[in-house]
Amino acid sequence: MPFLACILAYALQGRLSSGAVYVSGGVAALLFLITLLLFPQISAVGVLSHRIEWIPQLGLNLTLRMDGLAWLFCVLITLIGLLVVLYARYYMSPKDPVARFYALLLAFMGAMLGLVLSGNIIQLAVFWELTGLVSFLLIGYWYHRGDARDGARMALIVTGMGGLALFVAMLLIGHIVGSYELDDVLASGSTLVDSPLYPVTLILFLLAAFTKSAQFPFQFWLPNAMTAPTPVSAYLHSATMVKAGVFLLTRFWPVMSDSELWFAIVTYTGLATLIFGAAAALFQRDLKGLLAYSTISHLGLITTLLGMGTPLAAVAAIFHIANHATFKASLFMVVGIIDHETGTRDVRKLSGLRRFMPFTATFAIIACGAMAGVPLLNGFLSKEMFFTETAVFNPNAFVNLSLPIGATIAGMLSVAYSIKFVHGVFFGPPPTELDRVPHEPPALMRRPMELLVVVCLAVGIIPGITIGPFLASAVQSVLGADTPYYSLSVWHGFNWPLLMSLLAMLGGVVIYVPYYRRFRDVDGLPFLTRFRGQRIFERLLVNATNKWARSFIELFGTQRLQPQIFIVVLLALLAGVAAGWARMGNLPLPESFDPVLGLVWVLGGVSAIAAAQQARFHRLAAMILMGGAGLATCITFAWLSAPDLALTQLLAEIATTVLILLGLRWLPKRLPVPDDLTLRSRARRARDIGLAVLVGLGAALASYAVMTRGAPTGISEFFLANAYKQGGGTNVVNVMLVDFRGFDTMGEITVLGVVALTVFALLRRFRPAADSADRPEQQRLLDGSAEGQRLADDFLRIPALIMTWLFPVVIAIAIYMLLRGHDLPGGGFIAGIILSLAFILQYMANGTRWVEERLRVLPVLWIGWGLGLAMLTGLGAMALGAPFLTSAFAYAEIPLIGKIPLATALLFDLGVFALVVGATVLMLIALAHQSIRRPKPAGSAKPREREGLAKWN
Amino acid sequence: MELILAAAIGVLAASGVYLILRPRTFQVIIGLSLISYAVNLFILAMGRLRMDAAPILDGANANPADYVDPVPQALVLTAIVIGFAMTALFLVVLLAARGLTGNDHVDGKLD
Repeated sequence: MPFLACILAYALQGRLSSGAVYVSGGVAALLFLITLLLFPQISAVGVLSHRIEWIPQLGLNLTLRMDGLAWLFCVLITLIGLLVVLYARYYMSPKDPVARFYALLLAFMGAMLGLVLSGNIIQLAVFWELTGLVSFLLIGYWYHRGDARDGARMALIVTGMGGLALFVAMLLIGHIVGSYELDDVLASGSTLVDSPLYPVTLILFLLAAFTKSAQFPFQFWLPNAMTAPTPVSAYLHSATMVKAGVFLLTRFWPVMSDSELWFAIVTYTGLATLIFGAAAALFQRDLKGLLAYSTISHLGLITTLLGMGTPLAAVAAIFHIANHATFKASLFMVVGIIDHETGTRDVRKLSGLRRFMPFTATFAIIACGAMAGVPLLNGFLSKEMFFTETAVFNPNAFVNLSLPIGATIAGMLSVAYSIKFVHGVFFGPPPTELDRVPHEPPALMRRPMELLVVVCLAVGIIPGITIGPFLASAVQSVLGADTPYYSLSVWHGFNWPLLMSLLAMLGGVVIYVPYYRRFRDVDGLPFLTRFRGQRIFERLLVNATNKWARSFIELFGTQRLQPQIFIVVLLALLAGVAAGWARMGNLPLPESFDPVLGLVWVLGGVSAIAAAQQARFHRLAAMILMGGAGLATCITFAWLSAPDLALTQLLAEIATTVLILLGLRWLPKRLPVPDDLTLRSRARRARDIGLAVLVGLGAALASYAVMTRGAPTGISEFFLANAYKQGGGTNVVNVMLVDFRGFDTMGEITVLGVVALTVFALLRRFRPAADSADRPEQQRLLDGSAEGQRLADDFLRIPALIMTWLFPVVIAIAIYMLLRGHDLPGGGFIAGIILSLAFILQYMANGTRWVEERLRVLPVLWIGWGLGLAMLTGLGAMALGAPFLTSAFAYAEIPLIGKIPLATALLFDLGVFALVVGATVLMLIALAHQSIRRPKPAGSAKPREREGLAKWN
Repeated sequence: MELILAAAIGVLAASGVYLILRPRTFQVIIGLSLISYAVNLFILAMGRLRMDAAPILDGANANPADYVDPVPQALVLTAIVIGFAMTALFLVVLLAARGLTGNDHVDGKLD
């Protein structure tokens, strides 16, 4: 399948360098051949598909589906891709990064093939976006040019918007039909049209198709995309990508087109685009601009055909898609050649090139003839079909008149701009304003263009043989059994369409002659220059992304933390009230009242409130009061059968307090000021108190409501029942931590380790603020005097001695806590913090210098080993075939000590222990070390000394 | 008992919320600690209150009715340690911010 080759193309794009041309040419050729070889199968079977299941439950599969229509597109994509690769070989300057160009071209080819081959509509939307993205990169290929960047951005935004609309439309279609498979959607008959969601779906769907195919009023991005290299314009913006929109319309034509709404929107959008594009093309000075508007106009023609809703019109549309791709790609190549050889694309500077490049001129004239719809060329055939369809009688008088008249006017205009192209460039006197003499390009640069023109001729003269079977297959795939009889012959006899063609030819000449005399130098449509889509778009973009966004931020945003927190808390409160209000029910009166716990919490509550009140000026007091609240919490844990929690809370409390104490010194002095608050800050404080009280009430109510209800049976019983049997421990909480929920603990200790390292890293670059840089006042007072020295020497001498002696005792306690943790309160966390408290004691007893000189613990290593050990224990279980962190256990009899539980969970707990010790000690020494560093205030440029700290790195 | 605990949670939460709305970093750090007490108690309360029923299995007796729910306890244990780490990190960020900006306002500038 082409899918494999497509993968190949993707895989190759990274390695493309000098051989880029050969690789991409080879891939394109290969894909083309594969596509060709698939035709017999397609025409015999109808649909080839290959499905790879991805999320079948959601109906999301990778489905490749090739039918006649997709096949036709594949041929266009691969053939023109091949020719463009060949052409670009000569077009691109060696200075450009060619590898990137070919890589993108291949990526685009892959995306486009994926789009047309999608058998799943979500997949289709994804590839749709992909083509837009790659197109963005290709338009902006010369990204040093401002106009290329602007054009690329505009194309991306417009088509990206359409892509978004498409995605929603596809979801809606999937919802209506009940399947995301294209086969199911196409088989759904009139389900879509009958659905009440049809109008929304249709509008989103059409938005996608119209933006991609540059239909009015989204046409403005295409001319701006012409800043891309010409091979890209030839490939993407005439032959393939812009066809994606009409491809989409064609693809879903069978299931979506049968409605008035479709007819009205699609037909008249197409018609407006057709006439607008043709008129704008006539007033372009830039040849590429002319072709761009002509492309828009032709896409409008195809859209009009698809809008009409008759099967014959659909045939004509498909036919014209193929025809337009051939002649327009070749014309773009001609413009590229002219640009390459003369250095300009301005029609006014060019003339008489017929004499300098006769071959190119001949082929270009033929291609232009096809564009204008001259008989014996392919453009004539499909245009004739178009005229036939517009001339069909319609009961609605407006439709009956507007369609043929509009079509004829557009026909005249297209003849006129074709003449302009040919006459302006190739005829007339030799050019005078060129800085070099033009000549024929290298033969190989011409070949692709020539080949396409030959195709135009072949299709135009002998349509039945050259394109008949392929077109039949494509039409069959869209129309199925309804395929009407149609004739591809050149001569249909003298009838209305022929008359319209003749009229268009004559009219074109009639329009061109006065135009040539009077409007030759006009650039852009005379009356519409002020209403440029581009300018409106730019202004909208600036407003939407800059002005409006900024005023929005000013209106609703703030950089200040306090309002943000206020809003978050308020929202949380409202959400809690909204959720809990109705379920609150009647609250029962309390059954029991425990006076002791009540007393504890009177103290705890007062501490908390006092801490809140004191935190502003009396930091130390606030911290002590916070400790009071913490102790109350701790006692409550112990009270309510949670010994592990009580222990951990107590120890964590101590460690936190020590850390904060170490940090307090670096905060600014703040003396109580007399209460001269402004009204404003008073109001703010009152508001905050109000919110805080509400939150407190809410929390109290919620917890009371929960506590007075029966407990639901959760997963707890499982843990209680299995802690001993499977985990080998009687302390259920610990067993859960190291065994059942070991993975959780693993993550947690990782966090702890990361925090410790962050603390360390932050403090290495620490610079105190200027006013805390000096040694504290209390220390300075002691300096100098003998009295002070004696005081410093004897400070807390006896407690210090005791604390030093306590060191081994505390270590023993830590080990004891660690070992018994599995069966009794204790465990790695608790033991780890206890051990670090041993270090804290040494700091308190002997000072920072003394400890740092003697410290033999390398905290970073402990963190590493701890995490490693925990991880290895888990992996060990995996090596034995059990899930990560499964533990095994046994009891071991150790002489003198007795029976102790030996589970592998103990190893894990040992890892936790090591990490906690490492992390806590690291934070501790990092903070404590600041006090002996010779402080330098912030702003001094000299690098700080780091003698002491280097030891722990 | 429930009433006391509910009131305690309420008071802790209120004091904490008031403090985190204050402009000084130190107030915020104390506020966060108070809030984490409240939250830890609240989580514990989700397992309902029981006395003398610590989830330490007594030999072979594995009757769930004899023990308090261990799940909230395991959660709170984790929460305490993470809370400790958070306070430490916040303290150091506070110090660094103070060193960089020269003040201890939460926005880094006095207004």
